[in-house]
Amino acid sequence: MKIDKETVEKVAHLARLEVNEEEKDTFAHQLSDILDHAEKLNELDTDDVEPTAHVLPIKNVFREDKVEDSLDRELALSNAPDKDKGMFKVPKIVE
Amino acid sequence: MLDGYEMTVGLEIHAQLDTNTKIFCSCKNEFGGEPNTHTCPICLGLPGTLPVLNEKAVDYIIKAGLALNCEIATFSKFDRKNYFYADLPKAYQISQFDLPFCEDGEVKINPEGEEEMIVGITRIHLEEDAGKLNHDGDISNANSSLVDYNRVGTPLIEIVSEPDIHSPAQAIAYLKKIRSILEYIGVSDCDMSQGSMRADVNISIAPVGSDKLGTRTELKNMNSFKAIEKALYYEPKRQKKVLESGGEIVQGTMTWDDEAGKTRAMRSKEEAHDYRYFPEPDLVPVVVDDQWVAKIKEEIPELPDTRQKRYVEELGIPEYDAGVITADRQMADFFEGVVSDYDNAKAVSNWMMGDFLRLLNEEDITISEVKFEPKDLAQMLKLMDDGIISSKIAKTVFEEMFATGKTPDTIVEEKGLKQISDSSELENIVSKVLEENQSAVDDYNSGNKNVIGFLVGQTMKATRGKANPGMVNKILREKLEG
Repeated sequence: MKIDKETVEKVAHLARLEVNEEEKDTFAHQLSDILDHAEKLNELDTDDVEPTAHVLPIKNVFREDKVEDSLDRELALSNAPDKDKGMFKVPKIVE
Repeated sequence: MLDGYEMTVGLEIHAQLDTNTKIFCSCKNEFGGEPNTHTCPICLGLPGTLPVLNEKAVDYIIKAGLALNCEIATFSKFDRKNYFYADLPKAYQISQFDLPFCEDGEVKINPEGEEEMIVGITRIHLEEDAGKLNHDGDISNANSSLVDYNRVGTPLIEIVSEPDIHSPAQAIAYLKKIRSILEYIGVSDCDMSQGSMRADVNISIAPVGSDKLGTRTELKNMNSFKAIEKALYYEPKRQKKVLESGGEIVQGTMTWDDEAGKTRAMRSKEEAHDYRYFPEPDLVPVVVDDQWVAKIKEEIPELPDTRQKRYVEELGIPEYDAGVITADRQMADFFEGVVSDYDNAKAVSNWMMGDFLRLLNEEDITISEVKFEPKDLAQMLKLMDDGIISSKIAKTVFEEMFATGKTPDTIVEEKGLKQISDSSELENIVSKVLEENQSAVDDYNSGNKNVIGFLVGQTMKATRGKANPGMVNKILREKLEG
């Protein structure tokens, strides 16, 4: 499967990554190769195989609905690049 | 209003679940609280943390699914919905994509002024809520936002309707029914003012008889029935105007400006969201067996429709009254409390539908904030039946009960409201009234028998409403004829 430069640009934008022109070409090739490799799996007959969302044979892992201590606010905010009034301060978001 | 066109509405209702803790961590699930005091490494999305599912949240979504007549999935899983926004610290929301817990439900509604109908429910899935952005002053002038992550990880169910709704009345009836049922089963308090219930509203129009739906616009996070209703009158008309002037509807998110009474396109970039859903690798699938479903089924109380039917059939109250009373579980519980102490259910429903609802609306309070007990209303009705207070005085007593929470006996005692049924006392009062109204007596004697109504009124006035009206009538007649 061929990944073109536009697709690389779109994926990069969705992941908020900056890539230069040279990288776009490199990634287009590399992503195409990866998909080609994965494409090989389609040669297998999987008609009788249940679709798998998870590879571990585990199900129903739960937590009891019991309150435990939360972080102190100062600790919760300690990695924040900027804060104000006990809240995380972020640049203005225009929707 | 839309001649030639029909509107179709899709509703996605979000309801916060009333669990003690968040969906994937043990932080307290609570509205409000000082900003960022209910967070931990998991809900803050710090690297290296793993979510663990709250079993109660699964119990609750199964309960909601059963109450809304859904099929409960035996195998369910979570998925990542990817997007960058500051309200979401992980940059993805854990939600469900192709294998939700509940599918194919339905609910019966009675839209005002329309026939009873069924609205299909496509699916109900479980997900986590996002944080809250705060702005100093006007958002358009702000150059930064402040983020409070207390709400991150609050368990949410999203209930998606089939495109069965075609009028504002149907949409409102549907929303109210869903709210009522969720309150009955106790999974959400559905308080719209606190955002624990909110809805995304999809609106499209198409020529009548067309089997295709038109292009839709979406109003997100609507949290008032009034605003939804107004938007549902406005938006289809706007769409019709666009179509009739040769334009096209642009699919996208709009915002409802309640002050202007208009929808407005948001400054959204043209590109469609690309959420790139994929199975959540940090959570294992959930398998729900028959035993689990059976256990939850047992916990479901009598729901509003069944309760309404029982009130009509067994207690003999009108269907409409029964509908109003059962729509709110607290109201219905209160009603049953009164009826358990007092036989005449019709009288109870009359009081609840009348003065009770009026005062609740005027004071803008809910049943749980009412100061008196169901047994007090029963006692008041008994006082009326026993002739101790008149129906007119009962109104005064009721208002006093509502205002102070005092028992009817105390109120009657303190305010001296006991009906005067003592015949000698009443005779004296009547005699005095007759003396003071000689011209009315003359009228009566000259054949105008209707004037007796005026004299009854004068006697009631003289006793400040406390005279037994039946006795006043009798004594007056005796004296006038005698």
